[in-house]
Amino acid sequence: MSLHFTGEHEWIRVEGDVGTVGISSHAQEALGDIVFAEVPESGRTLNKGDEAAVVESVKAASDVYSPVAGEVIEGNAALAEDPALINRDPEGEGWFFKIRLADTSELDGLMDEAAYREWVKTL
Amino acid sequence: MAETTEMLAVLPLDAWHRARGARMVPFAGYAMPVQYEGVIAEHVWTRTSAGLFDVSHMGQLQVAGPNPAAAMERLLPGDIIGLRPGRVRYSLLLTKEGGIVDDLMVTNTGDHLYVVVNGATKWDDLVYLREHLPPATEIRHLQDHALLALQGPKAADALERLVAGVSGLTFMQAGHFEFHGRTIGVSRSGYTGEDGFEISILADQADALADALCAQDEVKPIGLGARDSLRLEAGLPLYGHDLDTETTPVMADLQFAIQKRRRAEGGFAGDMRILAELENGPAQKRVGLNVEGRQPVREGALILDSEGSEVGRVTSGTFSPSLQRPIAMGYVATPLAQQGTALKLEQRGKLFDAIVTPMPFVPHRYHRKQEPKP
Repeated sequence: MSLHFTGEHEWIRVEGDVGTVGISSHAQEALGDIVFAEVPESGRTLNKGDEAAVVESVKAASDVYSPVAGEVIEGNAALAEDPALINRDPEGEGWFFKIRLADTSELDGLMDEAAYREWVKTL
Repeated sequence: MAETTEMLAVLPLDAWHRARGARMVPFAGYAMPVQYEGVIAEHVWTRTSAGLFDVSHMGQLQVAGPNPAAAMERLLPGDIIGLRPGRVRYSLLLTKEGGIVDDLMVTNTGDHLYVVVNGATKWDDLVYLREHLPPATEIRHLQDHALLALQGPKAADALERLVAGVSGLTFMQAGHFEFHGRTIGVSRSGYTGEDGFEISILADQADALADALCAQDEVKPIGLGARDSLRLEAGLPLYGHDLDTETTPVMADLQFAIQKRRRAEGGFAGDMRILAELENGPAQKRVGLNVEGRQPVREGALILDSEGSEVGRVTSGTFSPSLQRPIAMGYVATPLAQQGTALKLEQRGKLFDAIVTPMPFVPHRYHRKQEPKP
């Protein structure tokens, strides 16, 4: 299992060729109270950097980009009823979708956890 | 980023906000607190207890000289001459075509008119007023004053403990009171739909008042984020979004701000158009919209009729923390402004169902004067 982060504050936790994607604790804090999330349907094919999901706070809407290319195998159905789950547990139960990676070498371009946490401190 | 911290003006309570964990954002040229603990918690706190808002970015003006009320009536459609001392009235600053330059509050202090205008528009308002009011009318900009609002069902209890006598005011009344031995101006008014007060105080005393208020269990500081969701639930328009120079008071459904004498006599900027709209109805009208589902529909979304034709635009929208659903306001062609009309909204290529709904979305709870019993 490995954990990676993007410069857009998505995380992806990878086991084998399946990744689970969400937004970082830093991102949820910056957004504030989340009132709506729309996750991709399973079967959808995404390229790296595609708009994969939408997250809205009281104040604003933001896009969530796919950190890698691949096919969506599950969206987190729990977020429709309880979008605040993203605030409560952003890097756990508040995940957005699972994706079967087309090319695991794309992970090499992402930050590891230590590098991301250090970088976020500088923002 | 177009706006940097260096370019922003600083509120008198800037350090006070930062010390309380506020997230500061640029708004109306100032660094302003958008939230402390979170928009929803602050929103709910204001509806159930009392919230302290720093609105010192707003323009506080004194209009004096010979008959300032008559002078202001040239530009406002409200009855200002008939405004008694100690009374407050909501009004609109108009272009000669009847468009809205700003919305504002006018208080007759007995000595002069005290006017509060929006922060983002205050410099333009000053130019406009100086250009259009008679030369003998004096306009003073109270830049040495802070403006605080205390809003919510427990606001009167909390403020009365510090400023004796304020609980004797009723909605849209104002007076001078004393805090720490100095005079402050207090009105029973606000922008949340709740009972509450707006307090004009010398900037160097604002810290002491904010501290004393927040030392009470009922009071917490509230940011701009909750201010916006509270005013939207209350159906109150925000200048620059729901009102602008392309909208008139009648289009904006603010006819209540045009008193009887002014309807009969006219004599204000844009009176021809506005009186005609009162008579015949405007082409478009501001309405409230209940949006189906959970996703907020925001400013700029298109409003479509059942045929899919564009009939207007959303001017404000959010997720209502009180109602736990998205709400919005916008302008539609008048025949579609009737309560219950089903419309579609289009945002980023997605369609939403919406129903025209009377405003306020959440009932006002103002402390109105009791009608005398017969």
